[in-house]
Amino acid sequence: MSGERQLTCREVVEIVTDYLEGAMTSMERARFEEHLSACDGCANYLRQMRETIRLTGMLEEDQIPQEQKRELLMAFRGWRRD
Amino acid sequence: MDGAETLASPEDLALVERLRAGDETAFMMLVERHQASMLRVARMYVSSRAVAEEVVQEAWLGILQGLDRFQGRSSLRTWMYRILVNIAKTRGQREGRSVPFSSLAGDDAQQPPVADTWFQGPEGEWQGGWSSLPADWGGLPESRLLAGETLRVIGEAIAELPPMQAEVIRLRDVLGWSSEEVRNALELSETNQRVLLHRARSRVRRALDEYLEKRTG
Repeated sequence: MSGERQLTCREVVEIVTDYLEGAMTSMERARFEEHLSACDGCANYLRQMRETIRLTGMLEEDQIPQEQKRELLMAFRGWRRD
Repeated sequence: MDGAETLASPEDLALVERLRAGDETAFMMLVERHQASMLRVARMYVSSRAVAEEVVQEAWLGILQGLDRFQGRSSLRTWMYRILVNIAKTRGQREGRSVPFSSLAGDDAQQPPVADTWFQGPEGEWQGGWSSLPADWGGLPESRLLAGETLRVIGEAIAELPPMQAEVIRLRDVLGWSSEEVRNALELSETNQRVLLHRARSRVRRALDEYLEKRTG
């Protein structure tokens, strides 16, 4: 638990989401970034993770069957009449 | 920050006004945006797709009936999903179906986000260091990354995740919800939300890496 010890690459991979989510203290953040600045493997890993998030954002939602839409529209009209 | 919630946006409030006024276009827009995801969320708590469809139908009625009470103390979608999750849970209980959180969330033992072989063991020069460095995707052409095939790999990886992980990554990264909205909608603690997101993203990254490597190598 010593704050002095350097993070291993394995540990970096385990806490990468804490980093991206802004869920680290400033000390933890500094320690994380210090490792990254000296480690090409982890720098690549972080870039891969950011790229994964970007590409996931390109997915589209499933289409809904027309029948379901029609039923819901009927429900909406019924609700208006009440 | 605990318990704090984002208030409804001006867009949310305008949409609620249109719905109250009976605007069908506004309602169908809301349906288009949320129906698929609401079905998947409902499906986590009940026994079948058919029951999930009934639950979602009931949730829409609950949402419409509750519109007059919507005061904008949370985002509209968070409020909608709370109604949905309540109905789905009640229905699941009535079916005698109890779903342990662990089966929805999955665990690292079944689906480790990383493989032991990626890192050096105790005999290595640097224990816990990479045994071979992750690839640099920076050199891949954008056309390759955005190809339908690549997106299909991502979609399939998400579909194979335990249901709660799949829903967290969809809401966060596909639909762009904030962590707070997802936490409130799915009744997750801050830590659970982050752990689920971490596992999900790690699995998807791994699937992508395996796919991209195979094609380049």
